[in-house]
Amino acid sequence: MSDQKTDQMTGAEIVIKALKDQGVEHIFGYPGGAVLPIYDEIFKQDWLHHILVRHEQGAAHAAEGYARSTGKCGVLLVTSGPGATNAVTGLTDALMDSIPLVCITGQVPTHLIGSDAFQECDTVGITRPCTKHNYLVKSVDDLAEIMHEAFYIATSGRPGPVVIDIPKDIQFAPGPYMSPEKISKASYQPPKKGDLNGIREAAELIASAKKPVFYTGGGVVNAGPVASKLLREFVGLTGYPITSTLMGLGAFPASDNQWLGMLGMHGTYEANMAMHDCDVMINIGARFDDRITGRLDAFSPNSKKIHVDIDPSSINKTVHVDVPIVGDVAHVLEDMIRIWKETACSPDKQAISDWWQEIEGWRKVNSLGFEQSDTIIKPQYAVQRLYELSKDKDVYISTEVGQHQMWAAQHFHFEEPNRWMTSGGLGTMGYGLPAAIGTQIAHPEALVIDIAGEASVLMNMQEMSTAVQYNLPVKIFILNNEYMGMVRQWQQLLHGGRYSHSYSEALPDFVKLAEAYGATGIRATNPGELDAAITQMLDTPGPVIFDCVVSKDENCFPMIPSGKAHNEMILAGEPADVEVSEEGKALV
Amino acid sequence: MMMNDRSIEAHTLSVLVENAAGVLARVIGLFSGRGYNIESLTVAEVDGEAHMSRITIVTSGSPMVIEQIKAQLSRIVPVSRVTDLTVEAEAIEREMALVKVAGTGEKRVEALRVSESFRARVVDTTHESFVFELTGAKTKIDAFVQLMRPLGLKEVSRTGIAAIARGPEAM
Repeated sequence: MSDQKTDQMTGAEIVIKALKDQGVEHIFGYPGGAVLPIYDEIFKQDWLHHILVRHEQGAAHAAEGYARSTGKCGVLLVTSGPGATNAVTGLTDALMDSIPLVCITGQVPTHLIGSDAFQECDTVGITRPCTKHNYLVKSVDDLAEIMHEAFYIATSGRPGPVVIDIPKDIQFAPGPYMSPEKISKASYQPPKKGDLNGIREAAELIASAKKPVFYTGGGVVNAGPVASKLLREFVGLTGYPITSTLMGLGAFPASDNQWLGMLGMHGTYEANMAMHDCDVMINIGARFDDRITGRLDAFSPNSKKIHVDIDPSSINKTVHVDVPIVGDVAHVLEDMIRIWKETACSPDKQAISDWWQEIEGWRKVNSLGFEQSDTIIKPQYAVQRLYELSKDKDVYISTEVGQHQMWAAQHFHFEEPNRWMTSGGLGTMGYGLPAAIGTQIAHPEALVIDIAGEASVLMNMQEMSTAVQYNLPVKIFILNNEYMGMVRQWQQLLHGGRYSHSYSEALPDFVKLAEAYGATGIRATNPGELDAAITQMLDTPGPVIFDCVVSKDENCFPMIPSGKAHNEMILAGEPADVEVSEEGKALV
Repeated sequence: MMMNDRSIEAHTLSVLVENAAGVLARVIGLFSGRGYNIESLTVAEVDGEAHMSRITIVTSGSPMVIEQIKAQLSRIVPVSRVTDLTVEAEAIEREMALVKVAGTGEKRVEALRVSESFRARVVDTTHESFVFELTGAKTKIDAFVQLMRPLGLKEVSRTGIAAIARGPEAM
């Protein structure tokens, strides 16, 4: 600890100075009794921009959108008790999707901790399982170091949320400041470089493959733009097919011919069949999530598996891998490309050409196809039109959670990383609007669209006030089918069509709702008017709620029903009476 | 392919941690949150200057689960080292127990006789009771407690297992 008395400042001043030294420019928050000293310091300065949300969950998701779209750490500031508990969903979301966040929470004064004081809760206890790390600051002498360490931990290794709980008396107490470079980087030293022997082994295996597939994930995006660049180079060198998880979309350009589309429960036929039939699987920065693998004992039964992940606990968690490489995706790919070139690795051209032939056959199935209508708007068509009309702009997409999210993943195509903000691991309805707000704050000139469902978006609809207050021109594109669509789909397919509480009764008029917030509302109800309405939305300055009234009973296909394998997916137009085992029904 | 190795093994893990607030809660929370077993757990500071504590955990699971437990433990920020003493070293495991036995006459004499054969020490005595201190492997303490049961066993306090690798190397 520093003992330079000359550097004494109050705890609240230390917080603000540390944020400045960490390069923070935007902070999402909501004031309350236990953070008033910090808000007082925010009032006194002009470089840190505070964005007032309307609910602390919104602050967390906005910070996530900000982080995901910039690669920087997202920061939020909330008060004690309900402020902290309201942020918990967002923290858990960030933990599941490996998003770097620093969340500062106020706490009751030290001498009141444990007394069930007003707005007291055990914040470190509650957030321990939903953060990468957390701190209760017990002395102002530790505050500066904790602040800097929190940013280091949130952003290094596998990123994640870090909570700093600061009692109010510590915010007033005078203490020493120390700059980031003076702190010791704790015992936390995550790996960067992968083991070269493992990488060599992987390169040989990749070169010897006859039916290879790249399976990439959010780790590529988290490893920064350089990782995406290296991925493109390596995939290009090999000529192999590539698919990606929901979280990894954009790391490889969707327009490239080697791209198979997303894999998994609602992935494309070609991607899932390639995963099932491959002989070498090259997993880069993905984690064999249950949405990806389907039935585990039938998952890609004949392949050798290579797994690159920065988190050793992701390796062999659910799927046994043959060549594990622990390291940062960018570093590993850099070494991999070098070794590939040095050893003049060359794939078996004939085998790869045969493999592509097989894949082309699967592509012809056109698994994302759907039956078009000229009277009602099909949700897939709506996303396709939105894509076509916005793709030439500087566009960022967020989503809520459900059918619309899957249709967005299937029909909106990404050329660059950091353009796609979605709640993958936790599946948080209500994520999209605040995430769009955070994204728009980071990219004021860009076009930011929340592709939403009418049920999800209502979960954090209050954030419309935030969008209006800061004149953030986010476009909320609601695929309104008056159902919690994915719940309805599962009830149809797995529960005998008993639509228990999945109808969105008593919906607001979204156009009037937009107007009530001081924003613009637009509605489209038939395919003929869709393009003009979307164009009007894109041309409208300021926030817009677009009520896209779509067919009510459309199902999201293809689909791997729970408990089934990749080669047992059901396609649109096939009989929808799926036979799922009791074991399968018990899965989520 | 899924690893469906269902053979359950017991492993003794040594976990070196920074002696900071909440570290033990983090470790225990990991076990309860992810559904792992804890069969024995001991913790104490082992280096006051460096503020390091050592947690010894005996856990059980399939080899895949044991690997996962070690990886998850290593991921906790204040954890500086995780050693699997069951795999990585030949280890010595010891537990200490305090055993209270009350009785008179033949039973009292027999309790004392048994304690001597176990090399237990008498650390408290009254006319009708003993408190024995006994150190050894878990099975030895189990056996001792079983033998004391008919001789007036009143209560048992056990430390849980502490373990260390044989030889000159540190963990």
